[in-house]
Amino acid sequence: MEKQYKVIVGLGSCGIAAGGLKVMEAIKAKQATTPVTVSVDETGCMGMCYKEVLVEIVNPDGKSYIYGNVTPDKVDRLFAEHIGNGQPITEWVVQGCDLKTSEDSFFDKQERIVLRRCGKINPESLDEAIAMDAYKAIGKAIKTMTPEQVIEEVLASGLRGRGGAGFPTGMKWKFANASKGSKKYIICNADEGDPGAFMDRSVLEGDPHAVLEGMMIAGYAIGADEAYIYARAEYPIAIKRLKIAIKAAEERGLLGKNVLGTNFNFKIKIKEGAGAFVCGEETALISSIEGKRGMPRIRPPFPAQSGLFGKPTNINNVETFANVAYIILNGAGSYNKYGTEKSKGTKVFALAGKIARGGLVEVPMGIALRDIIYEIGGGTSSGKPFKAVQMGGPSGGCIPAHLLDTIVDYDSVNQTGAIMGSGGMIVMDEDNCMVDIARYFLSFTQSESCGKCTFCKIGTNRMLEILTRLTTGEGREGDIELLEELSDQIRRNALCGLGQTAPNPVLTTLKYFRHEYEAHIKDKKCPAKQCRPLIKYVILEDKCIGCTACSRVCPVKAISGEPKKAHKIDSSLCTKCGACKEKCRFSAIEID
Amino acid sequence: MSNCNCCCSQGNSKYFEQLEEILKNHAGTEADLIPILQEIQAAYGYLPKDVLDKMCEKTGMFPTQVMGVATFYSQFRLEPTGEHVIKICFGTACHVNGAEKVADALADELKVEFGGTTKDGKFTLETVACLGCCSLAPVIMIDEEAYGRLTPDSARKIIRDYYETGRA
Repeated sequence: MEKQYKVIVGLGSCGIAAGGLKVMEAIKAKQATTPVTVSVDETGCMGMCYKEVLVEIVNPDGKSYIYGNVTPDKVDRLFAEHIGNGQPITEWVVQGCDLKTSEDSFFDKQERIVLRRCGKINPESLDEAIAMDAYKAIGKAIKTMTPEQVIEEVLASGLRGRGGAGFPTGMKWKFANASKGSKKYIICNADEGDPGAFMDRSVLEGDPHAVLEGMMIAGYAIGADEAYIYARAEYPIAIKRLKIAIKAAEERGLLGKNVLGTNFNFKIKIKEGAGAFVCGEETALISSIEGKRGMPRIRPPFPAQSGLFGKPTNINNVETFANVAYIILNGAGSYNKYGTEKSKGTKVFALAGKIARGGLVEVPMGIALRDIIYEIGGGTSSGKPFKAVQMGGPSGGCIPAHLLDTIVDYDSVNQTGAIMGSGGMIVMDEDNCMVDIARYFLSFTQSESCGKCTFCKIGTNRMLEILTRLTTGEGREGDIELLEELSDQIRRNALCGLGQTAPNPVLTTLKYFRHEYEAHIKDKKCPAKQCRPLIKYVILEDKCIGCTACSRVCPVKAISGEPKKAHKIDSSLCTKCGACKEKCRFSAIEID
Repeated sequence: MSNCNCCCSQGNSKYFEQLEEILKNHAGTEADLIPILQEIQAAYGYLPKDVLDKMCEKTGMFPTQVMGVATFYSQFRLEPTGEHVIKICFGTACHVNGAEKVADALADELKVEFGGTTKDGKFTLETVACLGCCSLAPVIMIDEEAYGRLTPDSARKIIRDYYETGRA
C-alpha cells in the first residue's frame, strides 16, 4: 500500500461536545478535493480534553503531530501547509514527535497502562486493537494457564478494585472461584455515577476491547460463561462502541462459543442503566439487572456466593478490567513495578474543575497530588490560589493546599479523610466556598438515596437542611456539632456504601475549613463570597464611568444611574446573578 | 388543547402498535421490565399511563411493580416533554464553575421551574447529575447538542437565538 497522510479526529464524548463532528465533516470535505490521498479516521479520548477538538496528523514517514483547539475553519490551513507542503503548523501543535511544545509536561509524568490504546486506535476497528496486542492475553490464559494461575498472577500484581474501595481483585476472584455451582456470572460495573468523573466512559469509548478481554479473563478464572456490562444509559457513545466491539469479537471467534477454538465459552450482554446513582453499589446493581428497583441489601451473602439470579457473581469496575489483560500478557512484575507498597500499578483520573489543563490522565501510584495538579494540570485555570482538590466524588472529601504532598495511594488518601474513589479529581480555587461544596454533595446523595434505610434517607435529609440553612444565612449555634453527630450516626449505621460515605464531604470540609462554617454561622458571611444570600453586589463609585453596560445586562433592572455618572445597585431587587460583574470592563463592581 | 397527548389512544387503533412491536422482542419476564420501559419511552417520548396499563395486561406484570420501577429511575418520565429538552449539567466541575447561575438565568429566561415545560410547549428544563464533558464546564445540552463554557448571559442568548431563528 502506498504511504499516505493519515488524519485522525478525537471523537470521544468531549471531543464531540466541543464540535468534533463538525471538524470531521470539514476534514472529509477537504479530503475529497485534495489531490494527495489522505486517509481519515477517528479515535477515542486522547486525554487533553482542555484542547478539544484534537486532530492528529500522521505523516507518510510515521511522524505524528497532534493539533489542539481545531475548528472547521482551521482545516483549510492544515491541509494546505501540513499536508500540501509537509510543514506542520508549529503554533497549533500540542504534541509533536520532534517538536517541543508547552503542553509536553501534560504527558511527562503519565504512565499509560489502562489507556494504552485510548486515543491511538479507532475504537470501532477490531484490527487496530489486535495490532496493539488485544486478545493476546486471553489466548495466553486459556491455552497456557490454569484458572488458579491466572488468579495468582492477578494477586501478585497487587491490582486493587478501581471502583473506589480498593479491594484486592485477585482475592475477589479467588472467592468467586471457590464458590460451588456450575453457573456463575461476571459483571462489569460501568455505572459511573460520580458527578465530575469520566474515566470509565473514556476507556469504554476509546478502547472497549480492553474491558471485554479483562472480563473474559475473569470469566475463565472463576469459571463463568456469561457476563453483563451494566452501563449508564447516559453514555450512548460508549454503549454503541461496546456493541460494535462485542459483535466484531464474536464474528472473529474471540468471544462466544469455543473462544479461540478452545472449549471456553463466554457471552457478554449489555444492560443499560436507567439513572440511579445507588446502582453503583454491587447489590443494588444486581437488583437492577434483575429488573427491580435498584436497592441494596445487607451483605453477607456476598455476590461471590449469591449474586445475580442467586448465582455466584464477580463484579469489577471498568478500569479494573482494563488492567487485567496487560497484567496477564506482560506478567505481574511489569505491573507492580509501579506504585507503592500497598497500591500497585497506575490510576486514571478525570482532572476537572478550576484546572488549567483538564482531561484524562493516568499516573503511577505514589505520585504526589501536587505533581498531578501543577505539573500535569498546570495549576488553577483562574490563576487564583489553589484551595482544595475534591477526590472520590460524593463519597470522598476535600484535600486542602497544605496536604498537596500527599501521595496517590489508597492508604495515604484515606488518611486525609478523602478516598481514592473511582478517579474524579475536582480542583477548586479560593472563590469556591467549602460549605457550599459540602451542601452540593449532600444534595446529590440525598436525592440519590434509595430510601431503604432510615439513617441514609432521613439522616442525609437533616444534614442537607442544616447545610442549606448555613448557606442562606440562617445557620444557628450548635449546627456544626449537630452535623458532626449526624455524620457519625449515618457513617456507622447506613446500610450501604452510599450512606456510609455520604458524610465524608462534610467531615473533610469541617476538618480543614471549619472557620468557613463558623463565619457562615456567626458572622453570616461567606468568606469565598459565593453563597448568594450572604453577599451583596456594589458599584465602586470612583471606578464606575457610567458606561451603562451593567444596567443593560441586568435581567431584573436593579441597576440605575445616568450615562457617564456612577451607577447604583438596588440590593432589594438584585438577584445576585453576577451578570453585571461579568460585563463590567472597569472592575467597578465588587462583591461585599 | 392541540398539544394534548392524553386522548390519542381513543379511536386510534395504531396507538398500541408500537407497544406490541416492543413486546415481541422480549419474553416479558421481570428482568425485561427496564429494557421494555426504555423502549416504550423511546417510542412514545415518555411513559403514557394507558400504554403501561396495556403492557401490564399483556405481560401479567403488576402495575405496582411497574410504577415502582418507573418512579425509581430518573431516566423515566411520566409526563410528555416540550419540543426541546434542555439538560443543565449539575456535575461537580460545572458546579464549581458557576452552573447554578447559568441554571437560574435559564429558568428566568424561560419562565419555568426545573423539571417543567414552558407554556408554549417549546422547552423542558431539566437538571442532570453529570454530562461528562467536564472540561467544557459549565455545560448545557439542548437535545443532542452540547453548549460549553457558558455564562448566565451567553446561556440566555442561546435560548433567544432558538426563538429568533425559528427553531423554537
